[in-house]
This record gives sequence, C-alpha cells and structure tokens, in this order.
Amino acid sequence: MTIQVQTMAEANAAGKEVDVLFWVGCAGSFDARAQRVTQTMAEILSRSNISFAILGNEEMCTGDPARRAGNEFLFQMLAVQNIQTLNLYGVKKIITACPHCFNTLKNEYPELGGHYEVVHHTQYLLQLMNEGRLKVEGGSFSGKKITYHDSCYLGRINDEYTAPRELIAALDADLTEMKRCKTKGLCCGAGGAQMFKEDEPGKKRINTERAEEILTTGASTVVANCPFCITMLTDGIKSFDKQDDVMVVDISEMILQSMEK
Amino acid sequence: MQQILFLCLFSMTSILAFRKFRQIYLTIRLGKPVSATESPSARWKKMALVAFGQQKMFTNWGPALFHLFIYLAFLFTQIELIEIIVDGVTGNHRIFLPYLGRIYTLLINFIEVLSLLALLATLIFLIRRNVLKTPRVSAIELRGWPAKDANIILFGEILLVAGIFTMNSADVQLQILDPVHYHDTGTLWLSSWLSADLWQNSSINELTVVERTGWWLHLPYSKHLHVFLAFPNVYFSKFTPRGQIRNMPEITREVKSMLGLEAETTAAELAEIGEFGAKDIFDLSWQNLLNAFSCTECGRCTAVCPAHQTGKKLSPRKIMMSIRDRAEEVQKNTSAPLIPLGQNSGESTKIPKEPYDDGKSLFDYISREEIHACTTCNACVEACPILIDPLEPILQMRRYEILTESAGPADWLPMFTSMENSGCVWQMPAERDSWRTSVGT
Repeated sequence: MTIQVQTMAEANAAGKEVDVLFWVGCAGSFDARAQRVTQTMAEILSRSNISFAILGNEEMCTGDPARRAGNEFLFQMLAVQNIQTLNLYGVKKIITACPHCFNTLKNEYPELGGHYEVVHHTQYLLQLMNEGRLKVEGGSFSGKKITYHDSCYLGRINDEYTAPRELIAALDADLTEMKRCKTKGLCCGAGGAQMFKEDEPGKKRINTERAEEILTTGASTVVANCPFCITMLTDGIKSFDKQDDVMVVDISEMILQSMEK
Repeated sequence: MQQILFLCLFSMTSILAFRKFRQIYLTIRLGKPVSATESPSARWKKMALVAFGQQKMFTNWGPALFHLFIYLAFLFTQIELIEIIVDGVTGNHRIFLPYLGRIYTLLINFIEVLSLLALLATLIFLIRRNVLKTPRVSAIELRGWPAKDANIILFGEILLVAGIFTMNSADVQLQILDPVHYHDTGTLWLSSWLSADLWQNSSINELTVVERTGWWLHLPYSKHLHVFLAFPNVYFSKFTPRGQIRNMPEITREVKSMLGLEAETTAAELAEIGEFGAKDIFDLSWQNLLNAFSCTECGRCTAVCPAHQTGKKLSPRKIMMSIRDRAEEVQKNTSAPLIPLGQNSGESTKIPKEPYDDGKSLFDYISREEIHACTTCNACVEACPILIDPLEPILQMRRYEILTESAGPADWLPMFTSMENSGCVWQMPAERDSWRTSVGT
C-alpha cells in the first residue's frame, strides 16, 4: 500500500490544516540512501496519524553549507526565500531528519525573521512514543550489539544526547558506546561543507578514523541521526571492506521495523 | 631603608604591569566593536562556574587536579601577598598575625601544604612537557618561544614555592633567635621541618638576608596572562546558541533589497561596506582578540580537532596563537619604538593605525589549507576550559576568501552554483519530491 504524502500547497488548496511541516532537506530529497530515511519517516508519521505535509519543490537548501563555507550572501538568499515560503503557509512546527537543517532552522532563521518550533526527528519520535501515539515492540533488536554515533549538529551543537539513546533503549538493543561519544563525539568529517570537497592533505580521512572506532566496538549496527553521517560512515566502513558486517542505519529505520502492526 | 627600597620596587612593578595591561587592552580594542554584555547575571554566574570554579577543566580529571593545586596555591598565596605588601610598606613583619592568631597559623600551614602540592604538580607538568612529551603539550606549533615560555612559567612556579618555604622556614628559625621582631606564628609543620635541616647553624644576619630574598622572590610576577584574562574572557564569551553563526546584517539588507523586500541599498551604503569577512585583526571582533590573548596554549582544542587528529595542518590552538602573534606585531608597529638612551631619535618606523598597512595580513600567519580543513564540529569550542571560540575567526577568514576575494576551494564552486540555480547542494534534474511515489512500499 502506498502512503500519500501531501505538500503544503496541496493541503492549502484542499483547505486542510496541517500540524507539522516535515522538512526533508537536500540529502533527504535526492540522496538515494537518505531518501529511504525520508520515506521511513513519512511512513512512521502517517501510521502514527500525524497531520503533516512537506514543501516539495518549494523547499530549498537551508543554506547551512553555504554559510559554513563562508558564502554568507548565498546563505541569506536561500534563508530569506525559505522564510518567505514558511511564513506564507503560517508554519508553526517543523520536524526534520537532518541535524544541519535542524540547526539552521532553529538557531539561524529567527534572526532573519523565521520563528518556528523546530524539532529533530529523534526528539519527535521520542515524544510520540512517550505520548503513546507511536507504539514499538521491543525484541527485534534485543541482544543485538549496536553503537550510536552522535552527530555534531544534534549533539555538541544542540546538546541533544538523550533522545536518541532513549529510543535505542526502548528497542531493547544492547548499546555499546564508543570512547569518543556525547560531548566528545568525533565528527564524521562532513560538516562545514567538507562533504562537498576533497580533504586537505593528511594521514587519513576523518570517516576512516571514525569507522575504525566503530569497528573496535564489535557492533553489527551503527545508528546515526544525520544523512551526511550515514554517507560518511558507510564509506568509512567500506574502506575496511566491512560493509557486510556492519550496517549503518538511521534511528527511524529501527523504529519502523519495531512498530506494532 | 628597606621600606624605601620596597616601595620603589613595588611601584616599579606596578607601573610595568599597568603598562603591559594597558597595551594588551588597547590591542584587543583594535578589534571590531561587538556587543557582549547582554544578560549580565547569567554572565557573572558563568564566570563564577567556569573561570573561578574551573568547571570545564574537570572533564579531564588528571590535569584538572594538578592544575587545581597550582590554582589554589596561587589563590591563597594572594592573602599572604597582601600581607607582604602591607608589611613592606609599613615596615612591619607579619602584620596580620596579632589579629588572626591561631587562624593565621592554620592559614599559613594551609598555604604551605598547597604550595607543596603545587610543587608536585609543577614537577609533573615539567616532566609531561619535557620528558614524556605528551602530544598535546609538545606539538609543532609550540616549538621555540611558546615551549620556552611554558617552561619558564613552570620554573617560575618552583621559585615561587621555594620563595614561600625559604621565607617561612627562615622565619621559624628567626622566631627562635630573635623573638622580639619575629613573632611566634605557631607551628608551621613543613617549614619547621625544613628549618631544622636548613638553618641550624646559620647566624642571624645571614638568615635575615635569606628571609628577605625569599620575600622578594615572592613578589607578584605577572606570569600566565590567563590567570587574569580567563575571567573577562568567560564573562564576554558567546551567549548566542552555539550553532548560530554571527549574522552579517549588511548582507541581509542587500539580500532583502535584491528580493524586493526592503528599500534598495543605496550606492553610498554599498560603498560603506567595503570588504567582507576577516583579512586582518581589525576585521575580527574584540572578543576574538580577547580570546587570543587569553589562550593558555593548553591544546585541549587541538587534541580533539578531527582534522588535526587525522593529520591535517589545522590546529585550533595554532589559529589562536597566530591571531595573537599578528595582533602583537600590529601593536608593535603602531606604537613608537623605544629609542635607546644616547641615540638620535632618527626616523620613526611607526606605522599609522588607519588605514594600517604593513603589506601583511592574517593570511601570512594562517594558511588557507588550515581554514579549509575545519568541519565546524565545535569540538574545539566544547574543549576550551575558558570558552575560547576558535571557530569564529576561521569562518570570518573563509568569508573574506569567498566574499571579498571570490576565491576558496574550487570544489565548492559546483555546490554554490547548484544552490544558486536550483536551491539544492547538488545539481539535480529530478523533482525534489520524487521519493513521494514509493512511501510505504
């Protein structure tokens, strides 16, 4: 059964009120792996009876990589246009599965006139679970050794370390922390627009360094909360030829697997 | 006679210290004006916790504990220091003793125990730097003066501790030999023990000299600048969300006028803007410069930097050190050089402050390779015990490169172009919502 996902424009035309806007982001829209996370989130939201919509083609990059590369002009061009769109639809609450979008929408748009309640999908899923709107069955991950990778933009930059861990705990998985976790979590190497350029000369790539640490935990699954981390960690693990032994998943994918039918 | 000498020395030290502080203050003020005074009560609280309370040091217990010994010894010695100054000026000896009585004995004993612990910490720090060569404190960027500076400070601390014990143990001996002038301080455990061994057979004159030497040794040398600057640095630290990069309102005006949202920017306004980002210290904020002068070069930032950990050239500590080096160079060039006595004044090499131009910039100190390697992960920001933000100057230099020079990594150009043309980081022919057709399948 295909699930219908509406855009704000469609909802507006049909005269429907929407509670939350699901901000998909560039990776979630176009990157094949991240698209699967987007679809997962859309399915979870639908099955939890959340009234939501996306912006579709009216959505643009939040501008995060432009701002961090130093291109303030481009960042503000995108930000101001996005804010116009969001304000036009009277958006109050935004959820997103990308911590970079999350950070920019939450912390950088207010100064340019965009004031919204912005929630990262790990926080939102936990909230739904606590409210009883999202029901998961423990068990499918019990005894499975997994590790969790803190993204910089959710963890260190926005101080959210507990929501993803509480979700993991709810799935009865056996969480093995890496040495560099929480405030000391090691970057995957993608932030600050590094995703879009070659590395400067060095001994190794940052994602290789992180993959090494993941492999030392002996976990068969590494849980992430960011599409760019997922790309970086997947590549890092591949560089050790361990892609068949260690899976890189978004936390929402574990939730969907465990949802009560 | 000794009082006059003391007053001279004391006032000379004060003048020198004042001049040095004024110079640093003026150099910091070369930075751009920014406001960092909102929510003062929260700032005081943060200063109490982070600067006074050493809160962030304790994410790493080992060094934190040893640093605490030195910190507490320094803090409590200030009480004795006040007494020494009062003694020196008034010609008294241990003037607080009659007022405090047994508390005085306890206090001095406490200071002595702390001093011994500080000595232990200092020795461990010296070993770490010079024998074990712990990476964080023996990195490339510390070669030359910074490494020497650290060792001098540590040796200075040994001298200070030695000064305290010399003074007190000589005093103990003098209390026995000349109880009229040297009042009974009660038993000073450590000094009494030292006293018996060291001064058993000394004559009273020699002892007086030794005691006074210890006394002078104990004077307030301005050592680590961070001892003072950590406090204002924490007070004036960034209070906006960590993930919020400082906005450029001049660009907001231009963008809004381009999108027809606000009155158009006039040509005069545009001309006023000039350059974007930071090419030199004048383009950084005074906060950034205060950060640079407060940096103790401990390297916690560099140790956690993902770029540095994987062998890239970037080191947040080196960024801060470079900013300070450049600021000091500008400061030196803009103030008149001191002409040695007996020489003709000749031509002044002083460079005017506005517009300042010595043919150099921050880019002569910080390479592009360094600023390009940053992932903006904020590990350095998190790691700094005194809330220095190495990220902002890196971003300001990136802004200069991209906005003013239209330069920067070539790899970023396709990203910029597609963001401009299609509002997406990748050049994508497909629709943004093509994933919609197969949800739930």
